Amino acid sequence: MEKVILIRYGEIHLKGQNRPFFEKALHKNIIKALSGFPDVKVIKAQGRYYIENFSDEAGVLDALTRVFGIVSVSPAYKTEKDFDTVAHAAVKLMELYLDRQGGDGPVTFKVESRRADKSFPMDSMTLSSKLGGRLLKAHDRLTVDVHAPQVTLNVEIREHAYVYNESIPGAGGMPVGTNGKAALLLSGGIDSPVAGYMIAKRGVELTAVHFHSFPFTSDRAKEKVIDLCKRLTRYCGAVRLHVVPFTKIQQELYEECPDSQLTVLMRRFMMKIAERIAEKEGALALITGESIGQVASQTIESLVVTNEAVSLPVFRPLIGFDKVDIMEIAQKIGTYEISILPYEDCCTIFTPKHPVTHPRLDRIKASELLVDGDTLIEEAVGNTEVIVL
Amino acid sequence: MEMIYLDNAATTPVLDEVVEAVADCLRNYFGNPSSLHRLGIRSEKLIKEAADSVGAVLHVDADEIIFTSGGTEANNMAILGTALARQRTGRHLITTAIEHPSVLRVFDHLKSQSFEVTYLPVDKSGLISPDRLEKEIRPDTTLVSIMHVNNEIGSIQPIEQLGRIIKSINPNTVFHVDAIQSFGKLGLYPKKWGIDLLSLSGHKIHAPKGIGALYVKKGVRLQPILFGGGQQRGYRSGTENIAGIAGLGAASKFIRRELETKSAYLYDLKNRLVAGLKDALPQAVINGSLESGAPHIVNIGFPGMKGEVLLHALEDEGVFVSTGSACSSRDRTVSHVLKAVGVDDRIAGGSIRVSTSYLTTMDEIDAFISILASVVSRVEKYSRR
Repeated sequence: MEKVILIRYGEIHLKGQNRPFFEKALHKNIIKALSGFPDVKVIKAQGRYYIENFSDEAGVLDALTRVFGIVSVSPAYKTEKDFDTVAHAAVKLMELYLDRQGGDGPVTFKVESRRADKSFPMDSMTLSSKLGGRLLKAHDRLTVDVHAPQVTLNVEIREHAYVYNESIPGAGGMPVGTNGKAALLLSGGIDSPVAGYMIAKRGVELTAVHFHSFPFTSDRAKEKVIDLCKRLTRYCGAVRLHVVPFTKIQQELYEECPDSQLTVLMRRFMMKIAERIAEKEGALALITGESIGQVASQTIESLVVTNEAVSLPVFRPLIGFDKVDIMEIAQKIGTYEISILPYEDCCTIFTPKHPVTHPRLDRIKASELLVDGDTLIEEAVGNTEVIVL
Repeated sequence: MEMIYLDNAATTPVLDEVVEAVADCLRNYFGNPSSLHRLGIRSEKLIKEAADSVGAVLHVDADEIIFTSGGTEANNMAILGTALARQRTGRHLITTAIEHPSVLRVFDHLKSQSFEVTYLPVDKSGLISPDRLEKEIRPDTTLVSIMHVNNEIGSIQPIEQLGRIIKSINPNTVFHVDAIQSFGKLGLYPKKWGIDLLSLSGHKIHAPKGIGALYVKKGVRLQPILFGGGQQRGYRSGTENIAGIAGLGAASKFIRRELETKSAYLYDLKNRLVAGLKDALPQAVINGSLESGAPHIVNIGFPGMKGEVLLHALEDEGVFVSTGSACSSRDRTVSHVLKAVGVDDRIAGGSIRVSTSYLTTMDEIDAFISILASVVSRVEKYSRR
């Protein structure tokens, strides 16, 4: 009797001819996610994976539930295909379950069997009812309820027998790397890491772009973005973080352009630079954390003006989200605590007191001509620092 | 790039002779000072020697020195220890509005435990009024805690005079002085000045972080805040940090050598700095008072600018200072000290703190002035319109 973890994946079944490609990506991502557990074995089986040879079950489960493409995982016992051995495992598993539940009241259960290996002498109905009998005898607290049981004991007879009674939801989505690459505009705030997470969940590989305005923002702000990126890598694998020196652009805009337009102008520059970096990195889209109306630069008018700056598609997965919903996801993925550290943009100098909320594209474009945009962008891209996380 | 380190009120570089003392201790004195065998006795002797060195700076006995994990613990121990030990005598405590958080937060806690706390205000120079103190002391006042040199603006309280006042009105009132910024910079005479408890910290005087001490005058009762094996005569349980203690001892020896000459040198640096500022940056405002200020701390305000931006721009040129006031997008609180001395918010937000040490050179001050002037003119353009 050996402890294993059974991994189920769902959506990638839909992909017909592409299935081997998706499965290979998932396999690779699982191996990567478990790289911290030295002797662990990842075994591919029909429509699922098994993890074997681990000691830190909780750690492995935690790592697996962050791998996109996994629908659910179950810690299971792998045994000989022999009724008594299977029954022994089932009794043990239920004992652990009852201990975890605590108390001493009755607990309802049912047994579900699947017999993929038809050479096993019992059919699944017989196996279920005989196992149920064993369990009832072993644990006084158990009573059968086939309609709405508190716990279901599953048995699968395949190349081996697998017994489990728990199914932990995975991260869902699709394996990272199966849907191309996009460039995420990553500030230090709450929204952008969540936006990155959501797109990565659809199998998209991320490359990140951060704008740094030293000395107007501190190096701690940069460290914070590095920490955020590291958090994201737990879900989406390695990320190349591009730290773009943005001070000069802000200063020029501040000196040459109308105060009220600064934010919109700045955002257009950010988009243009991100697009340049995306092209270099082979990313086919940009990702932002914008949500309609959240701030002045996120009114529809502002979004239109910002959007016009680039020709790549811009993914805005949070566009219809309320702040509280975004915060909830940020908490779930562990970026919230980092995002709320107070280094985001210590310097408000470049934020206008009265920003335009309904910018007009013609006026913004006219203002843009007041600075030498191409040279500024060229220089910023040229001096970008790349940090591999 | 040459580094010009002017953030010595935050912490100081460790002196070579201190590093050697610490290393020697780590290598050769691993015995637990409480052990009965000779290895323990060797360690115990080392502690005694360090206590001698620290005591010598204060002109007090070695057995009046209790080693702590640093200034914060010394302050906590002094204030909590006195308030709790004497709560049956009274529950009234006095402190000032410009104390360090390691004092103010302790009083906050005591307030929540139904102690009564009087906060003495300060004038524009950052000084409390001795008359006001005199009026506030009552029969049930068990503790007065006043910092010697303020860590943000450098104001020096007339401790000797205050000690005299306290003891003349209520001889039973315990007088605690937070001398973390003044130890090793100014002369300190606890016995002469009527001080019962005095806190100091190692890393402000070129010793490592994690070591400090509290002078406890003989006969002063303190309730411990750490309980355990009863080390340091029960005042402070916990196996002694001998390496840190050796470091503090070595640093104390260093500062004691010609302390007056050293102190005078710091004043020379300050005069040079202030004269240079007047010349190169006439718009700069000195927060607090120059005359009543410590030799090593100058708080400079640039109206309408942002202290943190100046700090980072200076850092880019290899110059390290502190902001005079907190600045962040979420936490816009102005420093409680600058507020207490009535500095305008526009100036407070644009303030930096420059703090020197004996290792600072005149050339560095000159270089700093010219770098600051160029940084200010560069950043000034981007002040809030």
